[in-house]
Amino acid sequence: MKILVCIKQVPDTTEIKIDPVTKTLVREGVPSIMNPDDKGGLEVALQLKDQVGAEVTVITMGPPQADLILREAFAMGADRAILLTDRKFAGADTLATSNALAGAARTMDWDLIITGRQAIDGDTAQVGPEMAEHLNIPQITYVAGLEYDGKKFTVKKETEEGYQLLEFEGKCLLTVLASAYKPRYMSVGGIVDAYSRDVEIWTAEKIDLAEEKLGLKGSPTKVIKSFTKGLKQAGEVYEVDTEEAVGIIISKLKEKYII
Amino acid sequence: MDFNLNKTQQLFRQMIREFADKEVKPLAAEIDEQERFPEETVRKMAKLGLFGIPVPKEYGGAGGDNIMYSIAVEELSCCCATTGVVVSAHTSLCVAPILEHGTEEQKMKYVPKLASGEWIGAFGLTEPNAGTDSSAQQTTAVLEGDEWVLNGNKIFITNAGHADIYVIIAMTDKSLGNKGISAFIVEATTPGFSVGKKELKLGIRGSSTAELIFTNCRIPKENLLGKVGGGFPVAMKTLDGGRIGIASQALGIAQGAMDETVKYTKERKQFGKAIAAFQNTQFQMADLQTKVEASRLLVRSAAFKKDQHVPYSADAAMAKLFAAETAMEVTTKAVQFHGGYGYTREYPVERMMRDAKITEIYEGTSEVQRMVIAGKLFGK
Amino acid sequence: MDKTQYKNVFVFVEQRDGVIQSVALELLGKARTLADVLGEKVVAVFLGSKISDSCNALIEYGADEVILVDNPNLKDYITEQYTQAVSQVILNFKPSIMLFGATTIGRDLGPRLAARLGTGLTADCTKLEISEDTKELMMTRPAFGGNLMATIMCTNHRPQMSTVRPGVMQKMPQDKSRKGVVTPFAPKFDTSKFIVKLIKTVKEDKGLVDIADAKVLVSGGRGVGCREGFDKLRALADVLGAEVSSSRAMVDAGVMPHERQVGQTGKTVRPDLYFALGISGAIQHLAGMEESEFIVAVNKDKFAPIFKVADLGIVGDVNKVVPLLTERLKKKL
Repeated sequence: MKILVCIKQVPDTTEIKIDPVTKTLVREGVPSIMNPDDKGGLEVALQLKDQVGAEVTVITMGPPQADLILREAFAMGADRAILLTDRKFAGADTLATSNALAGAARTMDWDLIITGRQAIDGDTAQVGPEMAEHLNIPQITYVAGLEYDGKKFTVKKETEEGYQLLEFEGKCLLTVLASAYKPRYMSVGGIVDAYSRDVEIWTAEKIDLAEEKLGLKGSPTKVIKSFTKGLKQAGEVYEVDTEEAVGIIISKLKEKYII
Repeated sequence: MDFNLNKTQQLFRQMIREFADKEVKPLAAEIDEQERFPEETVRKMAKLGLFGIPVPKEYGGAGGDNIMYSIAVEELSCCCATTGVVVSAHTSLCVAPILEHGTEEQKMKYVPKLASGEWIGAFGLTEPNAGTDSSAQQTTAVLEGDEWVLNGNKIFITNAGHADIYVIIAMTDKSLGNKGISAFIVEATTPGFSVGKKELKLGIRGSSTAELIFTNCRIPKENLLGKVGGGFPVAMKTLDGGRIGIASQALGIAQGAMDETVKYTKERKQFGKAIAAFQNTQFQMADLQTKVEASRLLVRSAAFKKDQHVPYSADAAMAKLFAAETAMEVTTKAVQFHGGYGYTREYPVERMMRDAKITEIYEGTSEVQRMVIAGKLFGK
Repeated sequence: MDKTQYKNVFVFVEQRDGVIQSVALELLGKARTLADVLGEKVVAVFLGSKISDSCNALIEYGADEVILVDNPNLKDYITEQYTQAVSQVILNFKPSIMLFGATTIGRDLGPRLAARLGTGLTADCTKLEISEDTKELMMTRPAFGGNLMATIMCTNHRPQMSTVRPGVMQKMPQDKSRKGVVTPFAPKFDTSKFIVKLIKTVKEDKGLVDIADAKVLVSGGRGVGCREGFDKLRALADVLGAEVSSSRAMVDAGVMPHERQVGQTGKTVRPDLYFALGISGAIQHLAGMEESEFIVAVNKDKFAPIFKVADLGIVGDVNKVVPLLTERLKKKL
């Protein structure tokens, strides 16, 4: 079995702060990590490798420094790593990104594609399903469990009310939830070898995709502006009787669309 | 001269930091409170290869270097000094001497299972009457046919009772003084070998420290480690390596205490401002930070030299001496900066202070380290 | 693509077991606002099996037209079945805008459709407006874990698609006098593409909740005082669909369990709404909740430090304010 796992290097958004003077994001000193949902996906793939000896290839579309997460993937047990990097991918929205990844996937052999449900910087959860559509394979999102009996897959999909059990045979794309899988740590031996292994570097030429589908050109959505929300400051304090207090609370909650 | 960690060492530090934070830190207070050996953590560490970091791949290890090993003990100790010493004693005091002085058969028999953590290792040198004066060995080993017969006891042995393999130092010919001491590999299941009562200690309370008792303990002749009469240099060289481990442990404890204190002093407000805003705090913390950083450089330098296979004995001694005394100073001040809260078990600094003390004592007291350094300085 | 051919604001109406989901009604409310600015219609796209009786509700909540796609293949949500049906509806009726709930269904269907149609999709929008000059949709959403807001447009592709989380938009008041049209639509299914099979759907009582996951927290401190006090908080939490949490003092007193403790030695939380009730606001507590989106504090002491971070502060008695608030909210919700 051959599994292709898509991973992304993201800033650790729990560490991001807002500069109180410029009101912009302070990105300096924020560590870059492998996106948690993607790490969960890699863990799923590695469990299948443990179970049936699957070959696990990781691919990431990103700048040169994304090399680090590929080395991590090697140290966790991945067999092959591809860095898809090219200036032509710049400015890509989810459609262009999924197109580029699909273009790369089309040049390879695989039986299963695994992605994380969403990245903690974009938070869109779109690239996985869009990639599946481009490749004309079915998808199952919000994967929280998986069983393989040698022929068919039984997948547990998490929903708001509980979960569903779905089944498929053949090729499919799965998007995985970090909360469902505790990813293994890199092993010491794996780390020692990580930097002597080969990371394949692929540019736009290598993938099977028309140029107008790349980068900014291939992005139907564009960010027209971005801004930070204000820092927390003291609001109004009311010293009133109980009745009035409750009235104020309710009207404030309505105003904020909370109720 | 590159003072930076290389990419592999950085990747390793990333892993061990996450592991220490998620798996070790949550248990640290409980391990100390219950005085229990961190068995579950040991299983997890074994699985990742943390019991064979500097062991070559052909012997089942990870093929890493001593810098990585030092980083491992540091980061583990930053969260829990007990967990750090389990790895340190095993690696430096048991695996290392077998790798460095063992025959090919001994290496193939013992090292792979030690490196995988299937077996845990320990080292027995200290006796009731042989502490700093380690050559005053009274445990004896007598060759009877195909077996060595050991009699005597060892005290204050780290990992005792949990270890499967012990490197034991014993007197084979009293008339030869230091040259009459030999080293042996003893398996815990050997009849005539038993572990005595566990010591109740001030710090590293989860570390299992106990007496080893040899009563006509018979081990195969093949279990002599190195030459007959060559045991004292084996012990001394083993301790050199062990000092890098303990220096790393002390460094980790100091760093952990610094991190906690920076966090606390930024949040604790008195007289209308954070105590971190007072110059008293800032100046003292600056001095401590400088000492911690100096400890780190000494530790790394000693580990680097060991990796380069150049003499490192005095470097390891300086690293341990300085890091241990720094750890004691940093942790004591850390409790002070935490005020009354620091004296309670709700905050980890009191445990760090209790843990720090042993680093000035075991694997050669600070006095012994001074002897080693002076020995190099004045040419002995 | 000729944009002028695309008109009207469509809403994907999510149903589960035949029950129309609240988010769909909220989106109809928002669609109404957008359509009114554009001078266009609100069209509900309603997929399912044996659901025709529910069409009226959609009209009562703001739809001018309901495109009814009633087919046994659509009884339960499965990606391919729904994507085929909705993409055919879109190609046929050419909406300018289409809105989806950002639920496990909407976030599965939305991107699949966007890729099939080659158009843009913006996820988890918190604000939707029509731009004054170009009359196009401006979609604002959070990124970087909520630290940054971005406004996005999809200028050259149609439909402009958006997913919106439940509870963000407001539904219109139900108007039983509203009139509208129901248009049945029969999709042509390519069943050879139905590869994934649904074996079963399980509803679970999620049991012990991690307070760090809760969107609304009702938190009590020494001012609440005792178990009976916390019962009142629980009643408020139930009305709001919230979780109860506590300061350290109440955990130490044995009134609340440690998993519900907010603060430095407890958990750090970032809910959308945090009620700090009878909590003074010691630094160790603030460290655990000061990044909450909206903080409402009630405390007897007007100098309590909690008021420095509260968005709304009430100087008053928790034991009086909370029951009255619960009662009033019960009536409203």
